Amino acid sequence: MTDQTRDRSPTAPLLEVRDLTIDFQSHGRSQRAVDGISFSMAEGETLAVVGESGSGKSVTALSLARLLPGPPECSISGQILFRGTDLLACKPHEIRRYRGKEIGYVFQEPSTSLNPVFTVGYQIAEAIRLHRPEVTDVRAEIIRVLDLVGIRNPELRWNDYPHQLSGGMQQRAMIAMAVACQPRLMVADEPTTALDVTIQAQIIELLRDLRTRLGMSVMLITHNFGVVSGFADKVIVMFRGRIVEAGSVEEVLAAPRHPYTRALLACIPRIGQKRRRLATIDYAAIERELREGEGGA
Amino acid sequence: MTDGIFRQLLRRPAGLTVLVVLGLFYLIAVFADFLAPYSVTDQDLRSTFHPPTALFIEDGRLHVQRYEMHDGENDNAGYRKVPGEGSPISFFAEGRDYRLLGLVPMNRHLFVVEGPDRLYLMGSDQVGRDIYSRLLHGTRISLSIGLIGIAISMCIGFIVGGLAGYFGGVLDNTAMRVTEFLMAIPGLYLLLALRGAFAEDFTPTQMFFLIVFILSFIGWSGTARIIRGMTLSLRNRQFVLAAEVMGQSSWKILWIHVLPNVFSYLIVAATISIPGYILGEAALSFLGLGIQDPSVSWGLMLSQAQNPQVFMEGYWWFLVPGLAIFVTVISFNVLGDVLRDIVDPKQKFLRT
Repeated sequence: MTDQTRDRSPTAPLLEVRDLTIDFQSHGRSQRAVDGISFSMAEGETLAVVGESGSGKSVTALSLARLLPGPPECSISGQILFRGTDLLACKPHEIRRYRGKEIGYVFQEPSTSLNPVFTVGYQIAEAIRLHRPEVTDVRAEIIRVLDLVGIRNPELRWNDYPHQLSGGMQQRAMIAMAVACQPRLMVADEPTTALDVTIQAQIIELLRDLRTRLGMSVMLITHNFGVVSGFADKVIVMFRGRIVEAGSVEEVLAAPRHPYTRALLACIPRIGQKRRRLATIDYAAIERELREGEGGA
Repeated sequence: MTDGIFRQLLRRPAGLTVLVVLGLFYLIAVFADFLAPYSVTDQDLRSTFHPPTALFIEDGRLHVQRYEMHDGENDNAGYRKVPGEGSPISFFAEGRDYRLLGLVPMNRHLFVVEGPDRLYLMGSDQVGRDIYSRLLHGTRISLSIGLIGIAISMCIGFIVGGLAGYFGGVLDNTAMRVTEFLMAIPGLYLLLALRGAFAEDFTPTQMFFLIVFILSFIGWSGTARIIRGMTLSLRNRQFVLAAEVMGQSSWKILWIHVLPNVFSYLIVAATISIPGYILGEAALSFLGLGIQDPSVSWGLMLSQAQNPQVFMEGYWWFLVPGLAIFVTVISFNVLGDVLRDIVDPKQKFLRT
């Protein structure tokens, strides 16, 4: 595998994570956030990473562009191969070429992701100037990108401050900032969690649309299986820093093998279901089931 | 954002008042040569400790009253009016040469006395120099020390505090221990110690910059600590992460994303700290360690009022520079308070 990863044949994956382990040190204790996970993404593919909070999915996403604090606070081992280059072996000034340009991010909370003292257009311009110095008419490009993410009247709105936009519009602006750099991979870390349900659907629709129009790969981090089903090609389920289940969306949703995945799926309330207590995740039951499974095998 | 602050400032009576007062003072500093009838060093040893001169109108022109020395009872020498005699004053007349703003050669003055008499609007000092003229010229040093000093210490404070808050770790620890060290030493002693560490013989310009340097050296620590705290909290805001994610360099993130978010604080902190610099310069000069003749500052003028005769004989006009310092300091404090109210109406996190 060592030599094959260098060539850029069409079959080479866009992103390949091998044995990624992330530890956080605090107050003299070491806490393992991600425990030896491996996965890969092909060009143009959409991967959903599902798990509850604390399962290590956001940390994994941040580690892709080396956004976690350095040692001694945090130590990372393993390999993150982006188009054949190991990002974990890059020097800090080299990694900056990947941030934004190759790997774009969209975060959960659009209201805090935009700098309150600058207009939306200014912040998009910052992204364009940084990664696409060849663009001469920055203003036209801002308007084009805002139009692309479905903001109506972009020629009026680009001069708005973040607080003048609604939550959904802010998230569209955030996506515009990410898209403006034309990344190969867009990492969306719970992009819909802070939004209400109707807007959630619109944002997911927008991401789907952008994916096909721009040919981006998307890594969607979520705890919402409902979002996964209509959107992703592949899904990985994370639990306590490990990948407990991986496969195509159809397989995993139709026949979850891991007890945690089943528990997670059971938590989703369905419209029309009889009134009863909402399901919660019973960790003791999962552990019991896992032990029995190991004993049986 | 900043022009919004300015507009709100103009809408408040207190803000408008102090802005006018301070604006006037800085205009005086710029046009001191034009407004003052005499130069800083122009002395007349025949009229020392002269009280403010009287004015009278004759033939439709303003005249300066003529005085003569007299030996009063009990050895109390003094000045006595010579009735009906004096010299006319002409306005916008030609007088001694000077350079406006240090560049444009001019010799016009607001008023010039034509004749042997001297005009002392605020009396004269122990060598017969016009206190009014010296007060106007002293405005330059006293007010510019505040502005230059604060600019330097705000820059240092922002850079040190910003870097410490942004990068954390060893840098943060070191920077914060240094600021604590500086803050632990009482300001005036540090001022004196630093001043004592440098040699005595300086040209007036060197002395000016030395004082600015010393005052900023002491002043940056408080700003640095607060900026560090604000940067630390901004560091955890997602837009900083978003900028980092975009591939922006740390310097640019500090400059583009952190600075504008702490800018309103910096303006308020600067305004509130300026009086400290003005008073610091006054204190140094008063103790004979600051500005020295032949240049002039308000502190130096006050130190010259230490002459025992001033108190024994009631030469109150020697204390006019003290009034000027008082008005300036009060104005900056009020301006700072009003600005703080505008920028941050709820919190009171600034130590005045």
